[in-house]
Amino acid sequence: MAFPQPRPQAPQIPQHLLRTIDCQQGAVRAVRFNIDGNYLLSCGSDKSLKLWSTSRGTLLKTYSGHGYEVLDADGSYDNSQICSCSSDKTVILWDVATGQVTRKLRGHAGKVNCVQFNEEATVILSGSIDGTVRCWDTRSRRYEPIQVLDEARDGISSLKVAQHELLTGSVDGRVRRYDLRMGQLHVDFISSPITCVCFSQDGQCTLSSSLDSTLRLLDKSTGEMLGEYTGHKMKGYKLDCCLSSKDTHVLSCSEDGHVYCWDLVEGSLSLKLPVGKAVVQSLSFHPTETRLLTAMEGRVQVWGADEKGSA
Amino acid sequence: IMASDSDSDEDFVTYGTPLEPLEEGGPLKKPVPLHDQTVKDEKGRYKRFHGAFTGGFSAGYFNTVGSKEGWAPSAFVSSRQQKAEKHHARPEDFMDEEDFSEHGIAPREITTSQEFSSSRRDEAGEKARAISAQAALIPGDTLLEELIAPARSSIGVELLMKMGWKEGQGVGPRVKRKHESCKVYGCTLPPAGSEESEDDDEEFAPENVTFAPKDVTPVDFNPRLGVQGLGYRGLDPSLALLGHGTAEHIDLFKPQSETRNRLFGDTKSSSRRGGVVGQAFGVGALEDDDEDVYHRDSMSRYDTILGEEEPGDSLYGWTAPQQYTKKKVRSKDASYLGKILEGFTLAQKPLEEKTIFPPPCLPRDYRPVHHFRPSVDVSHLSGVSPALAEALRVSKGHMVKEEPQQAGRHQLDSGQRRALLGEDTLQGPSSVMELLRPEDRQRLLSFRNSSNPPSAKTSTPVSGHASQTSGKSAQVLPASSGLQQEALAAWRGIQTSSQTFKPFEKNPSKQARYELYLSRLKQGDNDALEQSLDPGMTEWERSREREEFVRASILYRPTSSSLSSRFTRAKDQEDDDSVEVSQDQEGDLDDKQSAVKMKMFGKLTRETFEWYPDKLLCKRFNVPDPYPGSGIVGLPKVKRDKFSVFNFLTVTESREAAGNFIHTQEALKSFNRQLLSAARNQTETKVEHTPTPALPALPASISSSDQAPGSKPEVVEEPSVQTSRRGSP
Repeated sequence: MAFPQPRPQAPQIPQHLLRTIDCQQGAVRAVRFNIDGNYLLSCGSDKSLKLWSTSRGTLLKTYSGHGYEVLDADGSYDNSQICSCSSDKTVILWDVATGQVTRKLRGHAGKVNCVQFNEEATVILSGSIDGTVRCWDTRSRRYEPIQVLDEARDGISSLKVAQHELLTGSVDGRVRRYDLRMGQLHVDFISSPITCVCFSQDGQCTLSSSLDSTLRLLDKSTGEMLGEYTGHKMKGYKLDCCLSSKDTHVLSCSEDGHVYCWDLVEGSLSLKLPVGKAVVQSLSFHPTETRLLTAMEGRVQVWGADEKGSA
Repeated sequence: IMASDSDSDEDFVTYGTPLEPLEEGGPLKKPVPLHDQTVKDEKGRYKRFHGAFTGGFSAGYFNTVGSKEGWAPSAFVSSRQQKAEKHHARPEDFMDEEDFSEHGIAPREITTSQEFSSSRRDEAGEKARAISAQAALIPGDTLLEELIAPARSSIGVELLMKMGWKEGQGVGPRVKRKHESCKVYGCTLPPAGSEESEDDDEEFAPENVTFAPKDVTPVDFNPRLGVQGLGYRGLDPSLALLGHGTAEHIDLFKPQSETRNRLFGDTKSSSRRGGVVGQAFGVGALEDDDEDVYHRDSMSRYDTILGEEEPGDSLYGWTAPQQYTKKKVRSKDASYLGKILEGFTLAQKPLEEKTIFPPPCLPRDYRPVHHFRPSVDVSHLSGVSPALAEALRVSKGHMVKEEPQQAGRHQLDSGQRRALLGEDTLQGPSSVMELLRPEDRQRLLSFRNSSNPPSAKTSTPVSGHASQTSGKSAQVLPASSGLQQEALAAWRGIQTSSQTFKPFEKNPSKQARYELYLSRLKQGDNDALEQSLDPGMTEWERSREREEFVRASILYRPTSSSLSSRFTRAKDQEDDDSVEVSQDQEGDLDDKQSAVKMKMFGKLTRETFEWYPDKLLCKRFNVPDPYPGSGIVGLPKVKRDKFSVFNFLTVTESREAAGNFIHTQEALKSFNRQLLSAARNQTETKVEHTPTPALPALPASISSSDQAPGSKPEVVEEPSVQTSRRGSP
């Protein structure tokens, strides 16, 4: 069977607005896809966390229980649980179906910036402005964290988990990668306060955005810089960045109301997506498809590669 | 059931529940109330206790034979047919597990089987047993054991037999019979005649013949059971009950019984016959009618005193004439000792008498009361004005504590004593040195200066006048001159201006003199002490101050530079003597920042630490623990090696350090220079000029990455700054 290989498609960029959701929960602090990208979570400044359907844009559930604005959220691999963190220094584990608080984890000394499940949702990792990452056990009834990672000298702004590795970005300008399998801590000095860190999808690189309006793609194993992406404005806000689902592009929020999209290899700006006039607070890339979520003020926008939203 | 746990070293067999260890001092535990006391059977079911007199533990279900579900009688099965076949019932069939348990009537426990028990008749063992039987309360209780002997031998004996062992032999490898060793005392060789005897031996024992080892009588240790003293044997029933002679004296501490003698081969025939005699058994034809069937013991047959009776007539008491008592002491008679313990003999010589000296007689008017001299305690004086108290305290001079204010008579030398007494100086030579010829004296002095012994014996008492006027170092007391040399050695060549310790701060002029002395010491001045002292002071004050200065300079000598750089000074100290270690960390950061500015991410910006994840965290992440068995969680405590050898590279005042250390430092410096030059060659072409701040120390990232000096370094530094900093050594 000598069919020719299909021509590789040109990498697609989400540049068409598919839907705008008005969340009605104050300013949206963060927006996140769930594990398969069918749902999205929006963290509101009115202490609520909302679950939406991406395709239809309908509100499915509102989770209320936080005492202050919700800053980050993450869904478990089986969509049965949600964890969220808030300025009220707590991390809450929610039951998705009932909307009840399964567990309220107290222990951070300041507002909790970021939260993540591990792969099997057995551990919740939360990073706080108090400079610690706490590892909470979801399997036991213990209310104390399993371990507190207090190596950072300033607040933790972002953290990501990939398999056995934990990546944290801190305001002290360092990206720390905790390798559980090797039992090692790698500290990369970036100098400028880190706002967001990401693993690449292949797990070989780390992306970090910092307040010097620069994104840096570092080799995970050696710490050498593979790419640098500039042009956007990130001076004072904790804004998100991410990689596209196929590691072709690097995306970042900007304070000038755009989402900047660079080609990963060339480092050239391939798209400057106008979202609005205000600061683009948060963004999230679909885990498999070319689809992007952006959050600005009280709205969440869904972007796709073409008009129909089929891609 | 024997419960012996093998993992502990002690093979204890434990019965029952161990009591909790008593805690002293703790609060007494409340007794468990009656309704909380529970008893479980071996299957863990609760048993109800009705009280010991009303039935004990309840059985079954509420004291019935039923159960919760009720009781169903078992179906009737006719055993008529089975009657014919005789059912053989053993007693165990009627026992329950309680009977089989450890304390039951038929315990099933591990015992040595008959097969392995050694019940073979062996002579040596028998002998030992017989000895022990003699010592036992009932003599001859091993009789039964001797009578009944099994026919078969134990497995151990059989094994031994198969290996070639024969009865009567010892166990062990066969040995060559030793020659009759002729004992030679001293150094003389054995005489020639002994060779013949050796030849004789070889006739009996050729070289290739070996013999089985001799059988050994096993030592039998029987424990003491009674509370009597050592050597006590108790009443021998054969003596006490069956003995004939009423006149016979019973000695409780008799050394050896007759039977014992017989066993050990002492053929002392005993005329007495044992056995029960009396009319109840009839009087045999050969026996006399005996009169003491109902034998009555009388105290007259026992000793009432320890020791032999008085010789001769017993009229002498302890007031006996001299010859009687003397004789008793001198005689070697040990009968008062009773039995001498085995292995002991009486001493041939009496012990030497210890001479005891009486305490000295106290004088008549001695009174055992001591009066202390009143001492002025400044701090406790209430009536003294504070200024006076301060003056008193200061006047003592706080470096000197042990030195009394007024030297005693023995502390003064002869010249001072002479001056005190107002005597004239002696005519004639005051020193041995003056008796010598001038060239000899010169030679001696030069010899002394060259060798420079600390304890110079030549410092003879010099007249007081001369010492006051001359002010030379020759008058320094011998002990302090040694100290002075030490101080000189410690301070010579120290260039630091850092004077942190001021021992005489209270007295500024004294402190100034002390500092003058120190500065002269640093210059290596031999006469430093004398020159820095105030010539206007009295001799006594000067000598005291001399002593103080020397001591202070030794006590607060500069620590060797290698050591002092290891300690961090307090931050709030105002002196500018900063420590390099903290600067090194700052330089580290600066270096990283410059690396970031040059976008040289990688080794320069990366640090890797050992990090210990929690065991549970690894489990939750499905990852094996990278450090199994380590109790650490998180980063190990010492995060960075603050005191790496590279910290010493900037130390300049290292001349007084040990020579060995200097060598390593030099090596490191040369290594450093190589590294820098290599870095310079690399970077000068690439980077034109970057306005980096001064980098005071080598970055630690280099020290962490093990690089050979020649390999490509990632150092990006401003070379001119580096060299200007490094130019000093």
